[in-house]
Amino acid sequence: MIPITTLSRALRNCLLILCLGLSFVSADDERFQALALELTTVKLAQTQPVLEKIAETEHPVLLQLFQTMVEGDLYYHDETLELLSVERIDGEYVIKNLLSGEVLPIDRDITTKIRVNNRLRVWLRGAIAQIQLTADDASARLAAVRSLLERYDDDSIELLLSLRADEPNTKVRSAMDTVLAMNTAENSADTGARVASIERLSDSLEPDVRNLLVELSYETDAPVVAAEAQRALERIEGRVNFFGHVDTLFFGLSLGSVLLLASIGLAITFGVMGVINMAHGEMIMLGAYTTYVVQLLMPNHIDASLWVAIPAAFLVSGAFGVLIERGVIQFLHGRPLETLLATFGISLILQQLVRTIFSPLNRQVDTPSWMSGQFEINPVLFVTLNRFYIFVFALLVFAALVLVLSKTNLGLHVRAVSQNRQMAKAMGIRTARVDALTFGLGSGIAGIAGVALSQLTNVGPNLGQSYIIDSFMVVVFGGVGNLFGTLVAAFTLGIANKVFEPVTGAVLASILVLVFIILFIQKRPKGLFPQKGRAAE
Amino acid sequence: MRLSPSSWFKRSGEPGAVVAPFVGLLLLVTLFASVGNLLFTEGSVFHVSTYTITLLGKYLCYAMLALAVDVVWGYCGILSLGHAAFFALGGYGMGMYLMRQIGDRGVYGNPILPDFMVFLNWEQLPWYWFGFDHFGFALLMALLVPGLLAFVFGWLAFRSRVTGVYLSIMTQALTYALMLAFFRNEMGFGGNNGLTDFKDILGFDLQSDTTRVALFAITAFCLSLTLLASHAIMTSRFGKVIIALRDTESRSRFLGYRTERYKVWLFVYSAVVAALAGALYVPQIGIINPGEFAPLNSIEVVIWVAIGGRGTLVGAVLGALLVNYAKTRLTAIFPDAWLFALGALFVLVTLFLPKGLIGMAGQWRARRQSGQHQNQSVEGQS
Repeated sequence: MIPITTLSRALRNCLLILCLGLSFVSADDERFQALALELTTVKLAQTQPVLEKIAETEHPVLLQLFQTMVEGDLYYHDETLELLSVERIDGEYVIKNLLSGEVLPIDRDITTKIRVNNRLRVWLRGAIAQIQLTADDASARLAAVRSLLERYDDDSIELLLSLRADEPNTKVRSAMDTVLAMNTAENSADTGARVASIERLSDSLEPDVRNLLVELSYETDAPVVAAEAQRALERIEGRVNFFGHVDTLFFGLSLGSVLLLASIGLAITFGVMGVINMAHGEMIMLGAYTTYVVQLLMPNHIDASLWVAIPAAFLVSGAFGVLIERGVIQFLHGRPLETLLATFGISLILQQLVRTIFSPLNRQVDTPSWMSGQFEINPVLFVTLNRFYIFVFALLVFAALVLVLSKTNLGLHVRAVSQNRQMAKAMGIRTARVDALTFGLGSGIAGIAGVALSQLTNVGPNLGQSYIIDSFMVVVFGGVGNLFGTLVAAFTLGIANKVFEPVTGAVLASILVLVFIILFIQKRPKGLFPQKGRAAE
Repeated sequence: MRLSPSSWFKRSGEPGAVVAPFVGLLLLVTLFASVGNLLFTEGSVFHVSTYTITLLGKYLCYAMLALAVDVVWGYCGILSLGHAAFFALGGYGMGMYLMRQIGDRGVYGNPILPDFMVFLNWEQLPWYWFGFDHFGFALLMALLVPGLLAFVFGWLAFRSRVTGVYLSIMTQALTYALMLAFFRNEMGFGGNNGLTDFKDILGFDLQSDTTRVALFAITAFCLSLTLLASHAIMTSRFGKVIIALRDTESRSRFLGYRTERYKVWLFVYSAVVAALAGALYVPQIGIINPGEFAPLNSIEVVIWVAIGGRGTLVGAVLGALLVNYAKTRLTAIFPDAWLFALGALFVLVTLFLPKGLIGMAGQWRARRQSGQHQNQSVEGQS
């Protein structure tokens, strides 16, 4: 959230400068300047009337002025008398011109603070609330109302009551109602009204509402209110619990999409071709490092870097895959255990290669701005954007792969070779070429997975190792040679992991899932969806 | 030319052909090394440093682990990628005994609780630590628990006919799960740091030269014993069935053998040998931590066996000794190069040396013999 707010603040400043530039000679502006000058000389006791007059100008910089003042950061320059904001950031004072936002290289000694007392602060908060609550932007109004949830007073309630009728946005209006109901439930003298308000509040998931209800449930003066509050709390708890489960489900789906991405390439090389590729994790790692290198090459275009990294990672990992297939695996055809050992050796070499080139330390891969942040479904349920995009991305990659295998010529050849190599050869399919391309395809997809994983985890030489066992589990659990089995298995295991996690802790959850798969394979050695018919052994 | 797998075992199957002389050689070297360390002072040509003794002891433990893998992989076709789990469990059993022997000499001076438990504010010893202050009980547990685990795992897996690559990946998952479990502090095995700071074993100081030589000699003795026992098993009726079911399991089953029982008992035997190796390893190295469970360790063992020549017993031992010696030397000279070398070994051995060094020597000898034979027949004709 922070980057977005800083961004919007920067934008607002730009707009301010623009506005100031355009309307520099307007009468309002002149009046504002005069009042601002007055602010620097007026006595503390006389400040409020001046501020009231300033508020009347409705100058665009008002909100910032009041906010700076309420924080006690408002200063003025001793000589030019211009208004300044002085903020302490990382132990250093940053002095800015309040109107232009321009950072001034001056010393704090030649500035004087404009003093505020508690009475002024109360007035200022009200004024700020008024400005925010009447903002043109609905989301700004919503934010202002929600900030009132935490702390409201008679003035803000009065203000809300006056604004409530004219509020066009239903979301803002409902938030206003919540604040008003909180006020009634807390302060009203009429027990009936309080009970009705509490009932109204039982729909809300806001943490502040819950805190208030907990307080009210201990109220001994009015047992009816306490009982009603208790009931409302239980109802809210029930809903919070429900959304907690939904949240677990989201996390499970997110982990599932990561597992799907990591294992989908393996579903091709192991599932379709039957090659045990222990270097699969390293193909993922190469993809992640490709992302890192792409970002190094285009440091000023991080937002676009992923779009370059995806095809680049596919090509890099795919090329390594073809190389491994041609160089080693083709000679070990039909000897799965030897293939396992040889590809394990390759994985060691690749890890050490990366360690030698990029250092054994983790590398920083930046997240594009469009992937950071989150969207809020309700006050207790958030979805972070990067996880959401990766979920969508995993499904897209999966769909693309299914299409390639079922609709293209290459897919036809791959299936033919995996079903009956000799017959495919007899029909004129160049099996060696198909093998290399299939392996390249599986490895390339692992590389794409690496791009996605670079956004979630550390990019280091051991990145691939942490996924290799999980990936094999997913493919084996889903049934070798069955892409949809892989899909189902990935999401099942992801959700299972996250369901266990709150009860047992993360490590024990993954142990339990491993043990579960080990036992499951004993029962159904061919996985969830075993191959049937001629393709089966 | 592709030989059928069974043809490489016939020669090594000859009773006592290689194993007995090898055991003799092993014991002789052990004797010389021990005497060299204890009787000759530094500076003498015959002197063997304690560092070397410990290193040799470590290699012999690895050799025993390789032997365990060879028994199941070479003779039964079960490629276990999880034998380090049995090795480490055996090590932990011994480590627990050594931990209890520290007594009140730990940093916190608690006579009952090991240091890490005091550090974690544990009130009392967990139930599974009871009895580990007795050497006999600890050793029994160190062998019994891995054996039991192998039995349960093998029984489940072989009964439902999980074979080949699936089994390999399952064993790898097993050791991975155990590694994750042992990393947890709540398990009561010292978490990340494992068990260390051992003082003495059966009252003998672990740092003294005599104890170290004794441990080394015991390891050599145990290795010889397991070699002979494995050889006896493989040349027995039981071993013949094992080889038969490796080559065609379904046919053996049709002939009436309960193949899964044979496999389970072989797997348990192998696990116990691995556990014994682990139990001997820990007092010599002085530490056991969850890193020993790492899947990489198990796979490394497989490559030792592959280099030496699988299904030859002696080959596994030779492979373990050679690779570990190379590792010690290489990591000292080029620390970064070791993983490159290991990786290359995996690739090159599987591509060009499918039968290992012993197999290559056998092939070479067979070619020479057939050459002589041809010469003789040529002479006979003339």
